[in-house]
Amino acid sequence: MDLSFTPAEEEFRDEARTWLAENVPAEPLASMDTPGGFEEHREWEHILFDARWAVVSWPERFGGREASLVEWLIFEEEYWASGAPGRVSSNGVSLLAPTIFDFGTPEQQDRFLRPMARGDEIWAQGWSEPDAGSDLAGIKTKAQRDGEFFVIDGQKTWCSRGAFADWFFCLVRSDPDSERHAGLSYLLVPVDTQGLEARAIGRLDGEPGFAELFFDCARVHERYLLGGEGEGWAVAMATTGSERGLNLRAPGRFMAAADRLVGLYREIADSRGPDLDRRDQVVGAWMGAQAYRWQTYATEARLRGGSPIGSEASFMKVLWSELDVELHATALRLMGRDGERADSSWMDGYVFALSGPIYAGTNEIQRNIISERVLGLPRR
Amino acid sequence: MDFSFSDDQIMFQEAMRDFLANECPPEVVRAAWENDSGRTNGLWAALVEMGVVGMTAPESAGGLGMDETDLVLLLEEAGRAALPEPLLEHTAVGIPTLAAAGGPVAEAWLERAASGEAILGAGTDQGYAVGAATCDLVFLIGEQVRAVPVDEATLVEHRSVDGSRRLFEVDGEAVVIDTDPALAFDRAAAAAAAQCVGVAQYLLDATVEYVAQRYQFGKPVGSYQAVKHHLANAALKIEFARPAARHAAWCIAVGDPDRSRDVSLAKALASEAVDLASRTALQCHGAIGYTYEYDLHLWMKRGWALSAAWGDAAWHRNRIAVALGI
Ligand SMILES: Cc1cc2nc3c(=O)[nH]c(=O)nc-3n(C[C@H](O)[C@H](O)[C@H](O)COP(=O)(O)OP(=O)(O)OC[C@H]3O[C@@H](n4cnc5c(N)ncnc54)[C@H](O)[C@@H]3O)c2cc1C
Repeated sequence: MDLSFTPAEEEFRDEARTWLAENVPAEPLASMDTPGGFEEHREWEHILFDARWAVVSWPERFGGREASLVEWLIFEEEYWASGAPGRVSSNGVSLLAPTIFDFGTPEQQDRFLRPMARGDEIWAQGWSEPDAGSDLAGIKTKAQRDGEFFVIDGQKTWCSRGAFADWFFCLVRSDPDSERHAGLSYLLVPVDTQGLEARAIGRLDGEPGFAELFFDCARVHERYLLGGEGEGWAVAMATTGSERGLNLRAPGRFMAAADRLVGLYREIADSRGPDLDRRDQVVGAWMGAQAYRWQTYATEARLRGGSPIGSEASFMKVLWSELDVELHATALRLMGRDGERADSSWMDGYVFALSGPIYAGTNEIQRNIISERVLGLPRR
Repeated sequence: MDFSFSDDQIMFQEAMRDFLANECPPEVVRAAWENDSGRTNGLWAALVEMGVVGMTAPESAGGLGMDETDLVLLLEEAGRAALPEPLLEHTAVGIPTLAAAGGPVAEAWLERAASGEAILGAGTDQGYAVGAATCDLVFLIGEQVRAVPVDEATLVEHRSVDGSRRLFEVDGEAVVIDTDPALAFDRAAAAAAAQCVGVAQYLLDATVEYVAQRYQFGKPVGSYQAVKHHLANAALKIEFARPAARHAAWCIAVGDPDRSRDVSLAKALASEAVDLASRTALQCHGAIGYTYEYDLHLWMKRGWALSAAWGDAAWHRNRIAVALGI
């Protein structure tokens, strides 16, 4: 056990910090859930990619630096501490890419990974349906075989930034007679597919960040099938491991937010005097971020030792999502009469944080997983 | 950055777990509640034999020259078994404090402590020293660390809710030890955090086992979602307290500049984890858990005591705030 960073890790941290200090946009970008903001964020992905910071842990040939997992965690700490923009490509990079590395053919890897990393092709997740949310195995969208093609009919919903995205990764029912987890396939669908229409829906903040996807005889070539036909469930479960665990929301994001909260308390206490109850809530948020950090480094060591994360990813998902809500709620309370103002980044953060316990598998579902698969309690 | 334990450390932990599973079953803990000393019959000698008692002493003094990162896993195991022996006071606090101080006190006591022949106790100026009557030398931690030889001291005993913890006010001729009192306190708080994690883990495991075989309405009560989510919440607290407790041990071992802040992180998280685990365990057991005959309370009460000892969650959260400059 050595919980200090090696000289090489420190050097990596310095390099990232220096680059970020020189390159992070001085003014915050517009919301990525708006058409203009989406394109501003895409530009930022190009800049990151060209300096090889977009996907640090990937192989060099796809634009990465082959960084270790620890280095990636360091990068995330520096990235969020620098106040850099949110990552508009993250559904592709964090959720789909690990699945392409595991299940994709060499042709698919060559075709998709670099453009995804550069933000030339931004991906959206098409899984949820009007009647299939938590119960994902209940999806009905069909994909009938027709020679080399799949013909998709049905509807997806709650697709994040689906109104602006270039590609969709979809879970569909390729065997019309199948039920539940069997007969599903994982299809990659380009936005310009005939018979596919994306319609925006306003999110809680009023921006068109959600889309409904309507498929009407949309034909997709079989070279866009990821993993085996009918094996979509297994492929999708690999994605959820990334979604809940450390890929999507590394501790650095919450450490940076907690540090900003500590700063906010200091500022407010300087002008209005101390408030010990709220100070304790600030400490609680800081503790949550630190607890997540050390648990993540412990998990990294386990992964390196050969044990997979598995259902334990649910611990992380519950922790970061509930921490994020508490942290932002604390900030708004600290701000007093300004807490309700619409023009603060804390309010934006709060509104987004509220979705954390819902997306990526609700926290009720995560607690079911913890109790049944980690603790081994009887399912019924 | 490497959060893995060595094969030797894991082997030592497993040996400790096996040993305690065989030698420290609930009957043994219960017996310590009833007897004069609050301790077990013979386990101290066996732990000396295993190398546990003197492990933190330098090899030159007859110890194993190990540090807090070796000890932390054993302290978790001690908590898991509710072991009523003074590993926290003696091995985690007393020996390293003596070894670092050097001088005549160390000369007089260190080798005897490493061999387990002399037993070291620890407490705070304001609080109690647990098990002082069975110790030879007690460290009282406050503005200074003072060492009080027990045979010349006046002891006033109080009973703890945990029958194996005998609480003593200690008054006597003291020698001031040349050491940083904050470090001595942090050693105790970090060790208590590791034990809290172990106690909490036992409470969770025992409850999971119970609810899987207790039937009501024709189904195991552990199949009801309300019960499941209680247990998931306890598991969450433990999952995030454990790495923090291990990190705190490392901070002490290497003298990390943020040691006090991060020991407080560990103890606050571990206290909160064991508090929730004991409330959850009791609730999910129902009335059987509320009896004196059933063993659960041995761990619950150890949990209550350790959660409050060496700074409770609120105390440590306040210390974090001060360290963060707010
Ligand atoms: C901001 C945001 C972004 C999203 N982005 C995407 C995206 O890009 N692509 C995509 O496919 N989907 C996306 N989703 C959808 C998300 O995956 C679903 O909202 C989620 O799976 C829950 O489904 P639901 O909303 O239908 O709720 P429901 O499943 O209807 O659940 C309603 C309530 O019932 C509870 N519940 C349901 N089943 C159980 C059970 N077995 N035990 C206990 N409680 C239960 C839930 O926890 C919840 O509290 C997004 C959602 C949000 C909020």
